[in-house]
Amino acid sequence: MDLQTLWFAAVAVLWTGFLLLEGFDFGVAALLPVLGRRPSDRHLMLRSIGPLWDGNEVWLITAVGAVFAAFPGWYATWLPALYLPFVLVLFGLIIRAVAFEWRHSHHTPAWDSSWTWVITTGSLIAALGIGAALGATTLGLPIDADGNRVGGAFAGLGWPALLGAVAVLAFSLVHGAMFLALKTDGPLRAAAGTFARRWAPVAALPLLAWAGVVHLRYGTTVTAVLWLVAALALVVAWAQIVVGREGQAFAAWGAMLVAAAATVFGAAYPVVVPSTIDAAFDVTVADASVSDYTLTVMTWAAGFGLPVVLSYQAWTYWVFRKRLTAEPVHEEPAEVPAS
Amino acid sequence: MDVLDIARWQFGITTVYHFLMVPLTIGLGVLVAVMHTMWVRTDKPEWLRMTRFWGRVYLINFVLGVATGLVQEFQFGLAWSEYSRFVGDVFGSLLALEALLAFFLESTFLGLWIFGWGRIPKKVHLATLWAAVIGSIVSAYFIIAANSWMQHPVGVVTDDETGRPVQVDFLAVLTNNTALAAFSHAIVAALMVAGALLVGIGLWHLRKRKLAGAPTTDAEHAVWFRSVRLGGWVSLVAFVLVALTGDWQGKLMYEQQPLKMSSAEALCETEAPASFSILAWGKLGSNECDDVHSITVPYLLSYLAHGDFSTAVPGVNQLQEEYAAVYGETYPDDPSFGDKAGEPIDYTPVLAVTYWSFRLMIGMGAVSAGVAAYALRATRKGRVPTSRVGVHGSLLAVAAPFVANATGWIFTEMGRQPFVVYPNPDVPVEDQVWFFTAQAVSPGVSAGEVWTSLISLTLVYGALAVVELWLLTRFVRAGITTGDGAPVPGSPPEGTPDDDLPDGRDRTDDVLSFAY
Repeated sequence: MDLQTLWFAAVAVLWTGFLLLEGFDFGVAALLPVLGRRPSDRHLMLRSIGPLWDGNEVWLITAVGAVFAAFPGWYATWLPALYLPFVLVLFGLIIRAVAFEWRHSHHTPAWDSSWTWVITTGSLIAALGIGAALGATTLGLPIDADGNRVGGAFAGLGWPALLGAVAVLAFSLVHGAMFLALKTDGPLRAAAGTFARRWAPVAALPLLAWAGVVHLRYGTTVTAVLWLVAALALVVAWAQIVVGREGQAFAAWGAMLVAAAATVFGAAYPVVVPSTIDAAFDVTVADASVSDYTLTVMTWAAGFGLPVVLSYQAWTYWVFRKRLTAEPVHEEPAEVPAS
Repeated sequence: MDVLDIARWQFGITTVYHFLMVPLTIGLGVLVAVMHTMWVRTDKPEWLRMTRFWGRVYLINFVLGVATGLVQEFQFGLAWSEYSRFVGDVFGSLLALEALLAFFLESTFLGLWIFGWGRIPKKVHLATLWAAVIGSIVSAYFIIAANSWMQHPVGVVTDDETGRPVQVDFLAVLTNNTALAAFSHAIVAALMVAGALLVGIGLWHLRKRKLAGAPTTDAEHAVWFRSVRLGGWVSLVAFVLVALTGDWQGKLMYEQQPLKMSSAEALCETEAPASFSILAWGKLGSNECDDVHSITVPYLLSYLAHGDFSTAVPGVNQLQEEYAAVYGETYPDDPSFGDKAGEPIDYTPVLAVTYWSFRLMIGMGAVSAGVAAYALRATRKGRVPTSRVGVHGSLLAVAAPFVANATGWIFTEMGRQPFVVYPNPDVPVEDQVWFFTAQAVSPGVSAGEVWTSLISLTLVYGALAVVELWLLTRFVRAGITTGDGAPVPGSPPEGTPDDDLPDGRDRTDDVLSFAY
């Protein structure tokens, strides 16, 4: 495998990792008004993702950084073509991040409910916007020979953007519910399980449809198999949540995303931004990539860095592995006086 | 305004705003980590209380730095796609390495630190904070290396076919002398920000307590007193280092971007020996430096530029001619230059901006050092100052190093115009890499789109600033007795649970109430 293909795969892994990890914290945040009816439930929901969301978001930053680093031609075509959706995503991510932190910096019911609302809104905007951007990109943008968008600010937005947006949000909602069913206990666990059971089959449809369309347009036998794996994972996830095996359901639901994303990226390769104007204007891996020297440097850095990152992120999940309950957490008596 | 101007305003506003958070995050992160280390080593409760109080201030601010940093990573592509295409072989990899090697570290371990109280062993927990702090410093290094490459491109050759730089020496990019100087300058400047905060707030609490007749023997007094002493020493030592690293950076700039430095001095004609300008008047805004008059210190500029008292320092007029001779009198008549195609090129940056930002940077840094010296003197041998002017002045002066940091960046960024990638004078002209700001902007993006993002981001940033300041002020005013009502982490329950919390949270038992 040449370095360009390797880095295409790396970018695909980073985007998939981002959707897989941030997907559940998007989902938990978006479900706050649905499952978090009582203040204690909302607190529990936020605590379940509290230590994790920021680390999850770095997957997005790294994914975008890797696109810039390995494929500047992709980065420079893609972001301006979808200028307004990306600005909207940034807006959503900004207000959501500060809301997570600031919600707990002051205590009145109005303050809490305002920032809860901001967390939910920001997460919805970000999930929809990222889905729209990915959907529009995988199915084509109006790109001219120089890699610039033609046709104005909204030219990139059509049904593929809508499909991508709904796919990412719907996936995230059930992913969040499955995460809550796995990570919490008490009435919230039951409510989240019920939500996941009821909505999993419906919520998977846009994602499978998106991957299916991309496969039908560009795919190969391999992507057909990947798509079938995604469909199978959905059946497993649903069956497991119905019988209450929350861990296996969460894993299978995640596997569905991984297989669907692999279908999309696998079918798209080697095109990174297809042009709806003329296939000759498609931006490909070869057009967009940096020099082999830079790719080699990056490969060494990632070869050392990524295992370290994965180990300490795994450790974080291990440290916060316990189920959370609304009961207060009792700790060992400390060695310091509580003055 | 055309897309170029709007995009430049957007970059300026979002970057300066982001850079208000960054020095505080870096500087305060280091100091909180020191406090936490002192607590682990000595077990003294005041160190824990300091860690918790300043840790909260750190966190309230940290998240805003992260959120506004996101915009930075995207906007190179959004508004500056031609720039991204041009520099892709170097610049993008530094951003990606920042994310991979630094930002993951910072975000993941900060989450562990916030939620790890009483959950992981004490020393491991301390290590998580250090990991996060080191992450933020490494992150600053990669970003400054990326910026310094734009100021002084090294380690590349020009691709004959595309005309774009191709990286040939990654190590040269990482060890760019511009980057090493700028990084050390920025890190010590960040410590000044944190030091000033500790001094201003600490003195204010000390004075308030003294006027109220509070004891000077309790833990709360110790918290504020130590904060002032620590902050004062950090500020003072950092100021010396800021001056030394600034001198290093200045001397490099005289070699690498002489126009930036001559504009900083409004030095029109080449002088030998050259005088340093203290104050200037006249039509600085006209960008004709012949209209400017200033009060000067003889010989000083030669010394600052070259380390001796007699060397000639080139003036703006000469440099403008030299640059025009090499890089062209006018922008190429090419559509990629938009409205600027065929227009004459002004190689002199906006004099009013470079001149005054340079002076504000140095002046505000000096104010900060003065306040630190005052605070250390006023608290010698356990004394507590009651001077209204001194204490309130110190509180006001918390803003000074922020202004110094912001104007420093404005100076360095505006001073390298009209280039976004400045030609490296160490390289023969035919092998040089350079890129005009005018050709960097995204060609496919409309003015309406950039207006939309500029206005919406500015409004959101403004609103966030109001909330952040309100939160910080409220938290800081309350001090450590009421504002930080959560118990010492891991302590046995004391008293009855506080039922007032809206979530029904139990303040005494919930270890997470430290942060969430």
